Amino acid sequence: MTILLVLVPLALSLGLLGLVAFLWSLRNGQYEDLDGSALRVLSDDDLAQ
Amino acid sequence: MALALDLSVFVQHDGDGASHMELVVEGIVDAASLRAIEIAVCKLPGISRARVNFTDRRLFVEWTDHAFDPARILDELAGLGYPAHPFSLHIAVETEAAQMRWLLRCLAVAAFAAMNIMLLSVAVWAGNVSDMTVETRDFFHWLSALIVIPAAAFAGQPFFRSAIRAVRAGSLNMDVPISLGILLALSMSVVETGHHAEHAYFDSAIMLIAFLLAGRYLDHAMRRKTRVFAANLSALRAPTASRIGSNGELTVVPAAALMAGDVVLVGAGERIPVDGIIVSGSSEIDQSLVTGETSCTVVSAGSNVYAGTLNCSGALQIRALAVVGGTLLDDIARLMESASLQKTRYLRLAERAARLYAPVVHATAILAAIGWLLAGASAHDAIVIAITVLIITCPCALALAVPAVQVVATGALFRSSVLINAGDAIERLADIDTVVFDKTGTLTLPEPQIDNVGHVAPQTVEIAARLALSSHHPLARALAALGIDHTPFEECHEVPGEGVRAIIDGVEARLGNPVFCNLEFEANCAHNSHEEASVIAFRHGIASAVFVVHQKLRPDALPVVEGLRSRGLATMILSGDSAPAVKACADALGITGWRAQMKPADKVACLAELKEQGRKVLMVGDGMNDAPALASAYVSLSPITASGITQAAADALFLGDRLAPVAAAIEIACRAKTLMRQNLWFAVLYNSVAVPLAMFGLVTPLIAAAAMSGSSVIVTLNALRARRAGHVRKAASLEPMLISTRSPHHLNEALP
Repeated sequence: MTILLVLVPLALSLGLLGLVAFLWSLRNGQYEDLDGSALRVLSDDDLAQ
Repeated sequence: MALALDLSVFVQHDGDGASHMELVVEGIVDAASLRAIEIAVCKLPGISRARVNFTDRRLFVEWTDHAFDPARILDELAGLGYPAHPFSLHIAVETEAAQMRWLLRCLAVAAFAAMNIMLLSVAVWAGNVSDMTVETRDFFHWLSALIVIPAAAFAGQPFFRSAIRAVRAGSLNMDVPISLGILLALSMSVVETGHHAEHAYFDSAIMLIAFLLAGRYLDHAMRRKTRVFAANLSALRAPTASRIGSNGELTVVPAAALMAGDVVLVGAGERIPVDGIIVSGSSEIDQSLVTGETSCTVVSAGSNVYAGTLNCSGALQIRALAVVGGTLLDDIARLMESASLQKTRYLRLAERAARLYAPVVHATAILAAIGWLLAGASAHDAIVIAITVLIITCPCALALAVPAVQVVATGALFRSSVLINAGDAIERLADIDTVVFDKTGTLTLPEPQIDNVGHVAPQTVEIAARLALSSHHPLARALAALGIDHTPFEECHEVPGEGVRAIIDGVEARLGNPVFCNLEFEANCAHNSHEEASVIAFRHGIASAVFVVHQKLRPDALPVVEGLRSRGLATMILSGDSAPAVKACADALGITGWRAQMKPADKVACLAELKEQGRKVLMVGDGMNDAPALASAYVSLSPITASGITQAAADALFLGDRLAPVAAAIEIACRAKTLMRQNLWFAVLYNSVAVPLAMFGLVTPLIAAAAMSGSSVIVTLNALRARRAGHVRKAASLEPMLISTRSPHHLNEALP
């Protein structure tokens, strides 16, 4: 059962990583305009430059 | 734009020298328009950032140059075919947005914690039926505690705070048993884990928090959607005013920016933007939005005028007053205050359930503990069983039962062009047995229509309509709309208070009041046959006509009123207009109960009378004179064309030219209430199965988790059925979302 000493911290840190990523995206305003992002992905103005 | 536009009230200054403002933009429909707007605005010199929010149909612009005039953005966008309207953020909306972000953060923490706990819990459940050692189980339980306790402390805040508020106020809400359940589940689990017990309820506690937060977040999101839409609409309709500066220069300012003492110029055919006193000029004023009267009042220097009334004939200079003392508006404000005091507070279904629920469940838990003690169990076992009863009855289904339906029904109403203002409006709407209508602007269309076109020669109508294009009189607009050719005649002269004249084909044509056109006899005849109508006279050589201008009923008023009657609802009209006008309208709709020339206080008194008879009244009205009645009615609706004070008093608003949303609102509300009751009964049924199991000590954490999520899912699925009522009405109500002069096209674009 010593494998738990590796697996449990691994599982917890992965979960924490997911949470931190979500909170970061929330703070970053990624959910402010969901419909707009769906349209913006189609425009390729950024490639032209 | 001919006049300078002053937008300074809408501009917000940041600390670092940058300024920003938000605009509601019409015509954002696809990716192309979104890019076009951003590129065009970014090209303006001085702009540092422009970003369109497609969901809300709003544009955020930021600039660093102090000399930059934001009116240029409006000009630029108007030139591109995207009319923009300045938008001021209210503090209430800001706090609401912050509240939503907070809820989402709590939900994220709870959901991630729940996922990780399940990982451990499933291992324990599997281990309990196989060969897991006590040490490993304890280790997993302690790990769960490590994750859950901080997560619950953070994510449970919305419930804890609300529960503390309720207890301090000496009342009980659903959050009190929820908080108690969470706290007891957590503390018992910690103690049990300390005793190397087989069962711990960490997973139940955090799952409960996650489920409830999801429900609460959806509720907020739905309300935010309707609010954003309503705010966009009011930005599109925000009145502007021509302010006369001290040097005599005219500036266009938003009416909201006017201060007491400012002098504004109001041309013929414009709405008066502010309460005030006339400094110079004389005119006729159409007060229908304020008093419900359809005939015009003559005003001159020194008269008081109210915001929202329509200036019919001459140009007026008006000095804005903060308070017009001892007048109609004061009466209305005073009446509104007393009306909202008298209104009995509606006890929501969920509150009533919570009041019953908490004592019953807590008593059951205590009874279970006593029963087990009497049966010879140890104190420890008795307490564990009592707490298990509390955990399993923790009102997951009960707490979701009402809000889930509320969310779905608000969405269905939104699709039927009804915007909900008050949270409990849906429940109250389902209880009504009487519908009281105001006449002007509610049963009738807000804009007058010509009634007797069929009796006049078409070429005469055509000439009169083209001539009407040159008049500013609001009645002339109805006539002008009938013309095919929309080019006004050249050399038209408008005679203030009389009408317009022009030379057409060498002969003078006149359009205006009957005396001006020398058609008094014909006008009197027309007036005798249509007592409640106004007339416009027209003469062109030998051709002459008298047009009867009518407040026309909304196109579907009759079927809607009949539909309401067939539902068993009593209908009534209370109007500020004259008796003949109200009688004609009531007869056309088959409404027997009507009263005319009602003052705002009379309307309130009449509603109080109905209330005394035990009736629950839905008041539908739009005038400023209806505002106190709307505030005192059991529940109230008003069209979006209503004045601001009236909209604020109404529980819900409806859009468009049709009355159908009123019927749809009642139907959806009734359906929603049935579903809420079903959900509550389901929660009772669930508890009547779960509680005996818990009392006999048969519940394990696995059963608790399954029962809790199962009941929540069933309640939510049942709530989704509230959508159906909306779909039936969808085809009928969404197409003509017209507001006064705006095309339906415009409005659909404002819809986020």
